[in-house]
Formats: sequence, C-alpha cells, structure tokens
Amino acid sequence: MRVSLFITCINDSLFPDTGRAVVRVLERLGHQVEFPLAQTCCGQMHHNSGYHDDAVGLVRRFVDTFQDAETIVIPSTSCTAMVRGQYPYLARHAAKDEGLLRAVEAMAPRVFEFSEFLTRKLGLTDVGAYYPHRVTYHSSCNSLRSLHLGDGPLTLLRNVSGIDLVELPNNLECCGFGGTFAVKNAETSTAMLTDKMRHILSTGAEICTAGDNSCLMHIGGGLSRQRTGVRTVHLAQILASTAEEPWA
Amino acid sequence: MSATFPTRAADGLRNTQQRRNLAKATNTIRGKTAKVTAELPDWEALREAGKAIKREAHARLDHYLLQLEEMVTRAGGHVHWAADAAEARSIIVRLTKDAGTDQVIKIKSMTTDEIELNPALEEAGIRPYETDLADMIVQMAREKPSHLLVPAIHKNRVEIRDLFRAEMGEHGTGLSDRPPDLTRAARAYLRQKFMETKVAISGANFAVAETGTVGVVESEGNGRMCLTLPQVLISIMGIEKVLPRFDDLSVFLQLLPRAATGERMNPYNSLWTGVHAGDGPREFHLVLLDNGRSKILADEVARETLHCIRCSRCLNVCPVYERAGGHAYDSMYQGPIGAIVTPQLRGLEEAGSLPYASSLCGACHEVCPVKINIPQILVHLRGRVVREGYAGKGEALAMGVAARMFGNQGALDWSLWAGRLGQKLLMRDGALPWLPPPLSGWTLSRDFPALPAESFRDWWQKREEK
Repeated sequence: MRVSLFITCINDSLFPDTGRAVVRVLERLGHQVEFPLAQTCCGQMHHNSGYHDDAVGLVRRFVDTFQDAETIVIPSTSCTAMVRGQYPYLARHAAKDEGLLRAVEAMAPRVFEFSEFLTRKLGLTDVGAYYPHRVTYHSSCNSLRSLHLGDGPLTLLRNVSGIDLVELPNNLECCGFGGTFAVKNAETSTAMLTDKMRHILSTGAEICTAGDNSCLMHIGGGLSRQRTGVRTVHLAQILASTAEEPWA
Repeated sequence: MSATFPTRAADGLRNTQQRRNLAKATNTIRGKTAKVTAELPDWEALREAGKAIKREAHARLDHYLLQLEEMVTRAGGHVHWAADAAEARSIIVRLTKDAGTDQVIKIKSMTTDEIELNPALEEAGIRPYETDLADMIVQMAREKPSHLLVPAIHKNRVEIRDLFRAEMGEHGTGLSDRPPDLTRAARAYLRQKFMETKVAISGANFAVAETGTVGVVESEGNGRMCLTLPQVLISIMGIEKVLPRFDDLSVFLQLLPRAATGERMNPYNSLWTGVHAGDGPREFHLVLLDNGRSKILADEVARETLHCIRCSRCLNVCPVYERAGGHAYDSMYQGPIGAIVTPQLRGLEEAGSLPYASSLCGACHEVCPVKINIPQILVHLRGRVVREGYAGKGEALAMGVAARMFGNQGALDWSLWAGRLGQKLLMRDGALPWLPPPLSGWTLSRDFPALPAESFRDWWQKREEK
C-alpha cells in the first residue's frame, strides 16, 4: 500500500526517532512510504487555544498537501483526532466554507492514527517486534475518547516478544498535558502529572509508552525532572525494534 | 476572589484537606454512577432520548413556555417572567413582602444562587434559611458552594461540628463530630423553621408544558417539607428546563438520579400542579428566568449547554475539578459544565479564563446523561475569547508568529535552526530545565526536550538523496 506520512510538527522537530520508527515498521511490512514535503502542522495548538482563523490556514494547507493521498498515517492520537474530528468544525464555523467542509469530510476516512492503521486497516495484531524491556502503556485521552482505539495499541504491545508489559493503574485518566493547558494552567497540570507519575512508578516499569509524543513530552519531562530513571518512548519505536535490529 | 481560574486553582491545589475530600468523594460517586448506569440495558437510548427531548423543547421554546404559563395559571398558580437576575430578585422580594413575613425557607437551588437572591432578601430585611443540609452548612460558614450537588464537599466533619456549635444555639451545644449527631442537630434545628415559616422558595428540575406540573427531586426530604408546609411557594426556574409532555419525565427521572448520585431513583420526587384547596400551599408562583439563556440558544454550537440537567456527573469525572476544587470556578456552576455555562452567563471579559480550565480530556462528554459535547463547546468559547479580543496580547503575538512559521516551510526550517542555536545557552544534560515566561509554566515541573540536531524532514531528505 502507498502510505502518505503526516509526521506532525512535534515529531518532526523534537522526536524524529518516532518518524524513523514509523517508516521502518511500514517498510518492513512491505508498504511504500511517502512524505509530502509541504506539510507542517495540523493546527491543533492554534485550534485548541482559540486561534481559529490561524488554524483554518493550516487546515487548508493540510488539505492541499494530502487531498490526493490514498492513505494518510499520523503517529499521534491528538493530531489524528484534530484532523478527523475538528477540521469539520473549523470548516463549518470558522472558515464558513462549504467546499472546505466537503474536502475535509471526504478525506477523513483515509486518515489513520499509526496503531489504528496497523490494527484496523491492515488487521494486524503482531508486527514481529522484539523489545526486552519492562514497559507500561499510557492510553491517551484522544486514543480512548476521540478515536475510540480501545485495546488496539495494547494488543500490538502484547504481541511484542521479550516485552514485560505491566498495566498502568488508573489508565483512563488524563495525564494533564492538554496542549497550552500545560502552560496556562501549569499548576493544575502539574498536579495531574504528579498522580500520573505516581501510577507509572508503581508499576516498576523502566519505560512508559503511548501513541502520542505530546503526552509523552509532558510525562517524560516530569519523570526527567524528578530523576526517576524512567523514560518515555513512542509506541512506534517499540514496534520498530526487532531481534535482528533492536531499537536503541 | 482573584480574577482568573489559574490563580484561584492555585489556592485549591494547596488545600490538602480539600484535595483529600474531593478525591475520595468524586471517586466514590464515580463508582456508584458507573455501576447504576451500566446496569440499564437501555442507558444509551435514554441518553439519546433525553437529548432529543431537550432539542425539541428548545427548538420551540416560545411555544412551550406560553403553554406552561397557560396551564400553571389554569391550575391556580401565577407565572412571572424575569428577563434578568435583577428582575427575578425584585419579583421574589415583592412576593415575599406581600406575604407579610421576614423569613423564608429555601430548597437547594442553583438558580437562586445564580441571581444572588439571598443578599437581596437580606437587604430587604428578609432572612433566608437554607434547608438542604450542605447548603445550610455553606450558608452558616458564609462561604460559597463548591459542587453543584454536594455544596459542602470541601468541608470535613470537624469543621462542620465547630460551625454547628457556633451557629445553632441550643441544638449545637456539646455536639460531637459523629455524622448521626450532626444530622440530628440539623434536623431539630430545621424542623422548627419548617413549622414557623410562611414562605418557601425553591428551584425546579422540570416543568411540564402540557400539564403545568412542576417538579423537584431531592434526597433529604427538606424539599418536601418546604413544598408542602408553607402557605406561599415561590419557585424559580430557568426557561431551558421546560419539558413538552408529562411522559418526558419518564426519561429524566431515570437519567437524573443515576447520573447524579448513583441512585436508581431519587428518595423524594415531588410533582405539583397549581394549588389545591386544603392541601399544600395556598399560593404558588412560578418565576421563569431568562438571564442570558436566549442568547446561549442563539449560538448554534454552544446551545447544547442548555441541555444540562445539573446532575454534576461531569464534575465527578473531571481531573481538573478534582484537583483545583469548586471554588476555583468562582461560580455556583463548577467543573466542566461551569466552565461553559458561567462565561456565557457572565460574559467572556469577566469569565474568559474558564473555557481554558480544561485539558480537553473528554471524560465529561463521555458520561453526560444528555450528551453535551463540553470539549467542543470549550474550544468554541476559546475561539470567541480570541475573536472578541480577550486573549493576552503576548499570547496573540506568539500565536501569530507560530502561524506564520507553520505557514511556510522555509520559515519553519529557519526557526528550528535558530532554536537549536538558542537552546545551547539553556541546555543541561541534553534537556532544557528552564524556559523564560510564558513557557516557564512548563519548566515549573517538567524538563523540556532539546531540539535534536537533525529533524525528521532532514533525515528523510538525506535518505531520498541516496
């Protein structure tokens, strides 16, 4: 299958390893990856902060860049939720543009979050990964309540050989990131993060993973600040790792 | 009260007793509501029905309100229309004075808090007595409610005992902090008020247009006392609460208790239609309050806000509410629903920080018994905050710069280059432990990752060149 990768701005600039891992997994599975160079950001930060006119500009850019793509894969639950769930709102209520609305609605069924592409589009449960670490999985809010991915990502993790997967207590609760919420309401965000970190530490895991590097940047930033010795790794990097070529 | 949610939340976050109370109480209620909603095979259908009924009622609100007025009047009641809080206050004060009394008993009512009725009554020389246990506690402590349904959720029993000892006269003397003793004291104190007071003031959960029937549901029985013993009953209701048909109650009397307190049925369900000779109040007044509701109705995204049946389930699942506490919302409507109701009632200039008091985790939308898409409305209101010019100037500037950066690949590359250069000053062990304001909020508790030397795009382009 020909897959167009929307890497997301955070992964592009701060977590390029996640993008490399996505490419490795998809190519290993025999798919052809394309990376349209005109892409930048989905507009989530502007949208969620109330800058809807700016966000509309980025919606148009996304549509221009990807409207001919056969399948669009995004290694971020929140950016996927933005494109599928919020673009219609922006087209209808901010841009007030029927043409744009039709374009984003026509595109939505071809947009997949990375793990969702593997489990729902390709019907896979095992991608042949090997990862000999004790890992706990944080199911992001967008994975649970916007994309309804359910157990999909966990199924992929359970089938990774060598992994010691431990359940994260209170896993349905938000980590406290919330985009600019983490800065605007830094103290409340910190209180939520502290509880999330306490649950992570209670598992004895060395790695906390998720399908979204924005949650992980927040959780990992807290774990690093506290010198916990626990780090965060995107789900794609775990799935990219094999016995022959372990991911560093 | 300080002006914005973040500063008020800071107080709540430091209140260790409140943090403990809220975590314990909301977790308990969460478990109970989850259990009794899951046991109904048609819970999802009930939610859909509730939403559909509210939509229908609001689509023809003018029609149903006039029908309600006609039916209440026909049954011997009086209907009053209040465009805003001031008009509602003056109507209620006048009716109370006409009854020739200087005290009233009250049933827990958020609408009377919304119109700030108690201070107006006191100013007119009328003493209001709250009769809901928790509301009475909050009133005695001269505080504000911190939860829609459990207004004194922030207080523990020792604090309540001290309050009763100070405020309840003989009923409080030598009181222990055991809940049965506290309740017994409150009961003795309140019985006296029920017997001697001529006027009661209530809110209303529903009013049925078809029959003119008004309804209040409650757990303690104080409501039933207030609704039946006094000679004059004044009920105030937001216009969005009207239901078209009596049968619609069959949906809401299931949705509300299960979502609110985790009960299968409210212990007290009081429904009355007008007045009846020799039974109950001799006079009944229904005050219909707009106070900004028709403006909310005019906003096609935000109008769902008016579906709310005040069950408070969104508060009980909200990670922000659980930690910041109800007072951070500076309103009788707290939590996720408060974050969308209050800014629409009071305006974005005063309450513009509330739509941002959410990580948009979606837990509220997932459980709302009438399926209000609270996260969507929060984002919609944030859009109005920015469009109407209430966002900070610095933030607006930064967002404009970011938009231009993302609008042009060259600008993005340049920004990354500048960022890599700039971060050298701040980097410690491969991360950034400190960032300047406004990003200092991040580094309050989190390191920020350093920009790696090579972006994904750089890597991809090099790979393609090979």
